[in-house]
Amino acid sequence: MKLFKSRKTSALMSSPYIAWATIFIIIPLCMVIYYGITDSNGQLTFDNITTIAKPGYLKALIRSVELALISTLVCFILAYPLGMILAGMKLKNNSYIVTLFILPMWMNFLLRTLTWMTLLEGKGVINTILDFFHLPTMKIINTPGAIVLGMVYNFLPFMILPIYNSLNSIDENVINAAKDLGADNLQTFLRITLPLSLPGILSGITMVFIPALTTFAISTMLGGSKILLIGNIIEQEFTQLYDWNLGSGLSIVLMLFILLNMIIESVSSKKGDR
Amino acid sequence: MSKDLITLEHISKSYDSQLILDDLNLSIYENSFVTLLGPSGCGKTTTLRIIGGFEKPDQGKVIFDGKDITNLAPNKRQLNTVFQKYALFTHMTIAENIAFGLKIKNKSDSYIKDKIKYALKLVNLEGFEKRMPDSLSGGQQQRIAIARAIVNEPKVLLLDEPLGALDLKMRQDMQYELKRLKEELGITFIYVTHDQEEALTMSDHIVVMNQGYIQQEGSPEKIYNEPENAFVADFIGDSNIIRSTMVRDELVDILGAKFACVDKGFGENKPVDVVIRPEDVELVSPNEGTLEGVVTDLTFKGVHYEMDVEANGYEWLVHSTKLSAVGTKVGIKVDPFNIQIMNVPASEDEEAISETV
Amino acid sequence: MKKIFEKIYLAIILIFMYAPILTLIVLSFNSSKSRARWGGFTLKWYVNLLEDEAVSSALFNTLAIAVLATVFSTIIGTFTCIAMIGLSKKLRSIIMAITNIPMINADIVTGISLMLLFRFLHIGSGFLTILLAHITFNIPFVMLSVMPRVKNMNFYVYEAALDLGASPLYAFFKTILPELMPGIISGALMAFTMSLDDFIITYFTKGSGFETLSTLIYNEVKRGIQPEIYALSAIIFVVVLALLLLVYRAPSVKSKEK
Repeated sequence: MKLFKSRKTSALMSSPYIAWATIFIIIPLCMVIYYGITDSNGQLTFDNITTIAKPGYLKALIRSVELALISTLVCFILAYPLGMILAGMKLKNNSYIVTLFILPMWMNFLLRTLTWMTLLEGKGVINTILDFFHLPTMKIINTPGAIVLGMVYNFLPFMILPIYNSLNSIDENVINAAKDLGADNLQTFLRITLPLSLPGILSGITMVFIPALTTFAISTMLGGSKILLIGNIIEQEFTQLYDWNLGSGLSIVLMLFILLNMIIESVSSKKGDR
Repeated sequence: MSKDLITLEHISKSYDSQLILDDLNLSIYENSFVTLLGPSGCGKTTTLRIIGGFEKPDQGKVIFDGKDITNLAPNKRQLNTVFQKYALFTHMTIAENIAFGLKIKNKSDSYIKDKIKYALKLVNLEGFEKRMPDSLSGGQQQRIAIARAIVNEPKVLLLDEPLGALDLKMRQDMQYELKRLKEELGITFIYVTHDQEEALTMSDHIVVMNQGYIQQEGSPEKIYNEPENAFVADFIGDSNIIRSTMVRDELVDILGAKFACVDKGFGENKPVDVVIRPEDVELVSPNEGTLEGVVTDLTFKGVHYEMDVEANGYEWLVHSTKLSAVGTKVGIKVDPFNIQIMNVPASEDEEAISETV
Repeated sequence: MKKIFEKIYLAIILIFMYAPILTLIVLSFNSSKSRARWGGFTLKWYVNLLEDEAVSSALFNTLAIAVLATVFSTIIGTFTCIAMIGLSKKLRSIIMAITNIPMINADIVTGISLMLLFRFLHIGSGFLTILLAHITFNIPFVMLSVMPRVKNMNFYVYEAALDLGASPLYAFFKTILPELMPGIISGALMAFTMSLDDFIITYFTKGSGFETLSTLIYNEVKRGIQPEIYALSAIIFVVVLALLLLVYRAPSVKSKEK
């Protein structure tokens, strides 16, 4: 049963959006690729992409991957028990308690990062408190640790929400059935709860890893000018050095990482399905 | 004489200060098909979950095969459960679902393989090993849930409204299937349902529950033919429940007419409740009946006609294969054996308590 | 015992999430410019903030873009979902895959790709470019929440309305739109919040001289944090909190969604 009887009408009605998507999604991506594989004279070259192997760039990329992985792992370690506790509370749909844990998501992203600048600064709130108790002050800001902290703080809700949703949708009787069949708590968790929440875990990982991998604002604000991530380098190529070709080439590298993440995700979710 | 396999002693349970079960006592014989029957909220599922170990009673003991298992975790109990809506593991194949309990117990691969084959054959789903639960119909999923439970060779199978999600035809088929399985396995089934027809069809022993109390227990025939109070009479099948007066032994005054009956010992001129099943009401010509009435409504039901007969201010429900048209004057006659006399409860509360004392 | 551990864990996470925000709110009333010293209570940062023209114009830009982007993306997304239902499954999944690109792709890549496009087309950067970019990345959120509703839609009610003499347009507004409404509303809400919160894509498509709240804060922070920013954070936090409370106080709307 369809609203429009013929395929032609449907195609006609869909065409404005198809045009929109072509202009604003496909063509821009093609332009990135075009700039990425040409030099400033329009000559075909792979130098822009291979630049990633040069020491400074490679270091930034490796550091970005490292920090993003650590942040994702920390988010997962924090969020999974939280999701289990919240799911165990058997809250009603859209309970305010769950909202409480994702509320900071609605606060402006930059303001959330800014709070940690204020807390971590040399003469910031945390050091002032430490000093007050005559404890040694810490140098946290402008370290990779500060960047990880900022990433975790910003992206934690994106890990909590899908994990909580997937855990909450597990029928309580499925857990009971496992116990009924002789599984102890650990066996039930490993064989039933964990595999059934895998889709939530995977989407949580994607929602944290990709923004963490590609951020430049968090590293600028909490890492100072010394710690460059791949996002910072791409941003500089476009806004300060005006080398669009190199910036695009590095963006292609970034997209390859996203593609890799998607492939890993779809493979493991298929495994979980089986 | 068969022996008690499970005994519930003085079980009480409440949630959020609401009493679900109050001092419940129940014995379940080995190799019987026992049904806990009652409306939703009567405590039947809670009773089952206490036996299964998913709930702990606030008070009382669960005795299994002579041992107190009240505080034993579900995974240590020698019984298995078939859950409402099946609760299959959707991320595993049918074979993996069935093998779950056996793998936990570290059984050998060949043993597990044989068991899977045997269980699938038992539930008539041979060759389904590699399928995923989502690709099965409701009835098939139900059978897998049963297969998954019975491969563990439990002494008792607990079934929590297992047919609730199936359509009528499938439900009837599965009723026979379950009866057959029970015979083949020779183990105890404890079955929870709110469907009285299901209970009457399958059980050896029915426990009727309401508001946390056992109202009556006994064989299906006894529950149907000799309900002990108005709740049971009303819940099991259709019935005419009429407030009457016991004139003396073996004579009862129903709506002003004297009916012969077989009950004794209710005293003289005492108020009682009388239960008469609609199929036990005989419609005869007006002068031959004990009571005179007029047919006010008539419905064809296939096997029989259903009629409403207005007599002395009470609307009798009558099932008969003989038709009496609307407006016909009829006489009402009841065989003395078909009149069931019950004590009138002093209050609503006592109605519930009276049978547990 | 287990319950107590659980409560403590929840409390720790909540403190981690809210203590920083509360610190900012406290600092917004601190008359000393230093973060390290309490100089007494003051409202002057709020007064400064309200008098700051850059902030009020950035706020206006942010809201205007968010509202317009939500309206356009909701209309385009909903219309396309309904239209697409008649297409072949294959074509439909291709279109959905393309639509999802901005959602899956890194914002920085989406941002620079649109920037390249606008430069190439010589569209002056500013309000229009940001709006076009926001509509583009908002459409997937609308379509993802409307599409399931369209798929489960019972179009016989539409035919029934026609059968009863309604004009196609009238039947559409009376039968199809109400049934899709919950999906449309949640899609629109998602789009609105995404638009309000966006920094990266806006940053690359805005050009110079045009600021939204996000880009304004970024510029300010690079120059050093002014206490006015704390006041702004406090206001935004309170508004978000108030809006959410409002949503939870309106159960009638929610029960309709189910």
